[in-house]
Amino acid sequence: MPAKAEKVIFSAEIRKESKEMSDHQLTELIERYLDGSMTAEERTQFELLRKNDATVESRVAEHMQFIGLLKQYGERLELEKRLNAIHDEIDVHALKEEVTIHPTWVVRMWRNHHSKISVAASIAIFAILGTLFFTGKLNNHESNFEQLSQEIGKIKQSQATLNTRTNSIINDIKGSKRITNPGNFRGTGFALSSNGYIVTNYHVIKDADSVYVQNAAGESFHSKVIYTEPGNDIAVLQINDEAFEGLAAVPYNFKRSSTDLGENVFTIGYPDSKVVIGLGGLTSTTGYQGDTTEYQVSIPVNPGNSGGPLLDDKGNVIGIINAKQTQVAGAAFAVKSAYLLKAIQNIPSDSLSKSLTLNTKNTLAGLSRPQQIKKLRNYVFMVKVYNQ
Amino acid sequence: MNKELKASAPTDSEIVLGILNNSEIVLKKLYTTYFPMILQLIVNNNGDEDDAKDIYQEAIIVLYNKIKSGKFELSSKLKTYIYSVCRRLWLKRLSHMNRYGGDIRDFEEYLPVDEEVDDHNERDIQFSKMESALQLLGEPCKTIMEDFYIHNRSMQDICERFGYTNADNAKTQKYKCLQRLKKLFFQQK
Repeated sequence: MPAKAEKVIFSAEIRKESKEMSDHQLTELIERYLDGSMTAEERTQFELLRKNDATVESRVAEHMQFIGLLKQYGERLELEKRLNAIHDEIDVHALKEEVTIHPTWVVRMWRNHHSKISVAASIAIFAILGTLFFTGKLNNHESNFEQLSQEIGKIKQSQATLNTRTNSIINDIKGSKRITNPGNFRGTGFALSSNGYIVTNYHVIKDADSVYVQNAAGESFHSKVIYTEPGNDIAVLQINDEAFEGLAAVPYNFKRSSTDLGENVFTIGYPDSKVVIGLGGLTSTTGYQGDTTEYQVSIPVNPGNSGGPLLDDKGNVIGIINAKQTQVAGAAFAVKSAYLLKAIQNIPSDSLSKSLTLNTKNTLAGLSRPQQIKKLRNYVFMVKVYNQ
Repeated sequence: MNKELKASAPTDSEIVLGILNNSEIVLKKLYTTYFPMILQLIVNNNGDEDDAKDIYQEAIIVLYNKIKSGKFELSSKLKTYIYSVCRRLWLKRLSHMNRYGGDIRDFEEYLPVDEEVDDHNERDIQFSKMESALQLLGEPCKTIMEDFYIHNRSMQDICERFGYTNADNAKTQKYKCLQRLKKLFFQQK
């Protein structure tokens, strides 16, 4: 019955749209052409039409493609039906049991619940951290740790001190010398020549009964003061100990001219029982209260640094550290090397038992700072002074 | 871990010849021989038996069409080919469902078959368009289209089936239906 109704509607439509009819006719022609039901004459005619009319040609191609797809779709459905029928005969359930790899329960649990487990774990971690944070445990631990590292630092330091002392004692015993007690006053001195002449500050050795110098290895040698120039705070010592075997060639030379402001300078000395390096710059060409014989440098120094060498970047000695005035914050002073050279010239020749020839070749110039210091430390001595 | 899958497998050339000759028995043999291998792949990689069925049937269709089109060359074992296609299809589906964890537990060696799978997907898209166009077309047009173009029934049969008295009317009806079907098909994105 609905078919009948359709029919009526369609015949009405057909009458209305005559243009559509021509479309239908073309489709019919194409179909008849494709299924080979045309007469030979119709066929030639249609082929001519195809050749001459591009729209007809494209309609043929489109029709072929569309009907092809429709047919393939039908074939696909058919194949799927066949495959489904085959599939239904397989006992999938039993097969599944056979091929499934059963992981251990831990793995299964993780696979099924890993998101929940992860969330739970994050909450737990967060809660623990939160508790620690709010109870202040975390901070305490940190400061405890700092204290601890400081303690360790102190222990290390005292250990090092102990080592140095032990070394010096052992060396003294080895050299079959008397065991020395640490001197009353300490300063620093450095070699002028390889045969045992050493320069230090006058104020270091003033009023001394006896003077010893100790090298980086902890060996002490008896020395005597051969020349002083209190005005420039310079004193020259000579090692007169039998155990002293001389030094290798001195690696630095002594600068005659004045050094410019801002030059990087450094010193090496014994502010306490161990060698300490001080780094800084030349901040003024005059010293304390405008003293023209001195430089001002921005190196933190202690009284023990007195008499130590002040060197520039290339390893030239440009002065002697003079740490008398410690009340000026952040500044230290050094006697200019020119005055040292002058003082050496002024030494009476009968005071010199050996010749005092200054080194003029600087072998530190090309070296990096740590290498310079490695070489230097063998020529810098701790000056120990004994008096009643 | 990897269980030996027992089956008296038909030879590859037997299968190719059988499919070319539309042999139902060979198709069934092919299907039952390699299904366990694919079931094993899917159920051990986050899938279930229904996923395995879908994927396996798709792969069989890819193979079937390739043999039918004459483009299939026996350069590798059928087993490897089927496994590779299924593996590729399953990886695609896993990443589509956001279930892909980055690795897959493999049971066989495999080949790159991206191009074939992509062609297959392209075709599938066309088919699903056709399916929904036919649905939208409604009755009786859908049945007329299927009967005439897919099942190759004659216009005579169709006339009788739908009670058309006039063969011309039936023909007109058929062309109208075809026109609407085309319109519905090409309208879809």
